[in-house]
Amino acid sequence: MIEQQYIDLFQQYRSEIDSNSVNIMNEQRDAAFKTFKEIGFPTSKIEDYIHSDVSRAFDADLGLNIRDIPIPVNPYDTFKCDVPNLATNLHFLVNDRYYDNRNQIEGLPKGVYAGGMKEFAKLYPKIFKEHYGQGAEYSDNGLVAYNTMFVPDGFVLYLPKNTEVEKPIQLINILRGGVDLSVNRRILIIAEKNAKAKLLVCDHAIDDVHFVVTQVTEIFADETSVVDFYELEENSTKVTRLSSLFTEQQSQSHVIASNITLHNGYTRNNYRFKLQGEHAHATIGGLAIADKQQHVDNYAFLDHQMPNCTSNELFKYVLQERSTGVFCGKILVEKDAQKTLAYQTNRNLVTSPDAKMFAKPQLEIYADDVKCSHGLTTGHLDDEAMFYLQTRGIPEAEAKMLLMVAFTKDVLDLINIESLKERLEFLIDKRFRGELMRCGNCNVCK
Amino acid sequence: MLSIKKLHARVEGKEILKGINIEVKAGEIHAVMGPNGSGKSTLASVLAGNPKFEVTRGSIIFQDKDVLDMEPEDRSREGIFLSFQYPIEIPGVSMVNFMRAAVNEHRKYKGLEPITAGDFLRLMRDKREMLGMDKQLVSRSVNEGFSGGEKKRNEIFQMAMLNPKLSILDETDSGLDIDALRIVAAGVNKLRTPENATILITHYQRLLEYIKPDYVHVLHDGKIVRSAGPELALELEEKGYDWLAE
Repeated sequence: MIEQQYIDLFQQYRSEIDSNSVNIMNEQRDAAFKTFKEIGFPTSKIEDYIHSDVSRAFDADLGLNIRDIPIPVNPYDTFKCDVPNLATNLHFLVNDRYYDNRNQIEGLPKGVYAGGMKEFAKLYPKIFKEHYGQGAEYSDNGLVAYNTMFVPDGFVLYLPKNTEVEKPIQLINILRGGVDLSVNRRILIIAEKNAKAKLLVCDHAIDDVHFVVTQVTEIFADETSVVDFYELEENSTKVTRLSSLFTEQQSQSHVIASNITLHNGYTRNNYRFKLQGEHAHATIGGLAIADKQQHVDNYAFLDHQMPNCTSNELFKYVLQERSTGVFCGKILVEKDAQKTLAYQTNRNLVTSPDAKMFAKPQLEIYADDVKCSHGLTTGHLDDEAMFYLQTRGIPEAEAKMLLMVAFTKDVLDLINIESLKERLEFLIDKRFRGELMRCGNCNVCK
Repeated sequence: MLSIKKLHARVEGKEILKGINIEVKAGEIHAVMGPNGSGKSTLASVLAGNPKFEVTRGSIIFQDKDVLDMEPEDRSREGIFLSFQYPIEIPGVSMVNFMRAAVNEHRKYKGLEPITAGDFLRLMRDKREMLGMDKQLVSRSVNEGFSGGEKKRNEIFQMAMLNPKLSILDETDSGLDIDALRIVAAGVNKLRTPENATILITHYQRLLEYIKPDYVHVLHDGKIVRSAGPELALELEEKGYDWLAE
C-alpha cells in the first residue's frame, strides 16, 4: 500500500510536525489522518481520476522536511521571475514554508495582511480559526486530507472590510531540494465585505529532483468582494503538481481564477467553486500548453447554490508530441438556484497523432429556470487558415505558431492585469518556439 | 512572366482542370471567365499552391522558375498573390501581426532586414488610406467579423502591402456593392505597373468595366475554349456561356 509509509511517518513524527507549525493547523491533523487512512490517495479506480492516477506519484521514496531544516536560499537575491516588475508586493514560499523578509513588503493598505500562515495564525487567531480548513473539504479528496496532515505553513492574504489593494500581489512558489521531496503548502485568501485584490501565484522548480506538491487553496469572498487569483505554472518535467482550490462566494462577490500551465510535468488542478450568495459571479479560466510526455488534468466543479448567480468557464489545451490533456467540467445547479447563468467552454488543439485529450462536460440541473450551456471541441489546426497565412509568404512553421498563439488568446482575455497579459503572450510565444524549456528567465537554472 | 502549359489538376480524385494553357506577360491583365464549376477557382488555388489540389500533368513556370516545386509561402515570396474568393477568418491573429510577419518574410527572402516599426506603420496607413479602409479594421483579428465587402477590400489591402508581381483575383467582385467595387477596382488600377500582371477570375463582366483586361479567356469544363481581346467579355455578357460550350 502506497499510503503506509506516509501513515507511519505521520504517526512517528507527529510531535515534530506539530512543533514546527501552529495550533490551529495542528488541531485539524487528526481528523484528516483518520480520513486519509480510510480513502488514501486518489487512484484511477475513482471515476473523477480515471485518466490521472495521482497515487502513483507517491509511490516513491520522497522526503518530507518535517524538521524544518532550512533551505539555503535567499529567493530575493537569486530569483528572477518570468513575470517581473508586476507587483510591488512580492512573497515567496520556499517548498512549504513562507520565506520571511518583511523589508520587501510595503505599500499595503492599513489592516491588509499578506504573508506567512504561521505568522497570521499568531496575529489573528480568531479569523484564522474561522477560515482555515473550513472551505477545503477532504471527505472525498485524499490529497486535501494528506495536505492537512503534513502542511507546516503557507501564505495568507487577508483583506478587511472595504480594503482594496490596487497593485497585484505576487507569490512565488519555489521548489528546492537535494533529494526527491513531498511538498505540502497552503494558501488562504479572506476577502471581507467589499474588499478587492489580485494575487498572482507563480510556480517554479529550481532543482532537478522530483517534487510531488500538494497545494490547497481556500478563498472566502464575502459580499461584493472581488478576488482575482491567477496561477502560472512553470515547473520542470520532474514536478507533480496536485492542486485543490476551494472558493466560497457570498452575494455579489466575484472570484476570477485563471490558471496557465506553461510548462509542467504532471498536473492535476481541482476547482471547487461554491456560489453561496445571490448575484455572485465566478470566472474560471484555464490554459494548458503541453508537449513531451506532460500531463495536465483540470477538474472543475461549480456548485450553484443560490439564485441569480452566473459563472463563466473557459478551458483550452494545446497538446503536442506525446502529451495528455484531461478536462472535466461539472456544473451543479441546485434546486433553489433559479435564474442561474452558467457557461462552460472547452476547446482543445491537438497537433500530434500521439497526443491525447480526454474531455467531459457534466451538467446536473435541479432548478427549472436556468440557462446553462457547454461547448466542447477538440481538433487540429485549421488547414484553410494555414494555407491563407502561407499564401502571404508566412512559412508553415511560423503559420502554426501564429495560429497556436491565437488559440490561447481568449483565455488570456480573462486576466484583468494588462501587464501580466502582455507578459504571458510573450512567454506563450517563447514556449511554442521551444525557448522556454524550464523556467525561462530565472537566473538559477541558466 | 507566367506560362501555364497543359495543366491538369484534380481534387478528391475528380479531374477539374483538363489541359490549361495561358501565357501572361508583364504589364498585362488577363480575365478568366466561365460558368460555375468550369474550374476557375481551381485554377486560382493551383497557382497559389493549395495542397488540396493535385496537379497530375502540365507545368507552371513563373519567371523561369517551376512553381509546382514550391510551397505556397515561396510562391508568395516569389511574387504570386492570391486574393481569395472567400477570405478566411483567423480569430486571435491581429491584422497588424499578420501583416508584419508577412512583410518581414518577404523582406527576409530578399535578404533585407526586418522593417522598422515606423516604416511599417506608415506603410499600413498609406495602403489603408488608398483603399479607404476603416482604421478599426486593421486593428482587429484577420477578417474576423468583417462584412463580405470588407473582406474583399482587405484582400486588396494585403496585395498592396506585399506588392506582388502577379496578382490573381478570384471573384473579387462578388459580394461588393457598386461603391466598394469602384474603390477596389481603383486600388487594383493604382497598383498596376508595366512590371506586374493580373489575372482576374470572374463570373460577370461587371468588374471588367472598371479594370480593363488585355485578354479574356473562357474556361469551360476544365479547358480554355476561347481566348480573345476585351470584346469577348461583352459578347459573353450578351450571349451567355452556352454558345461556347458546343
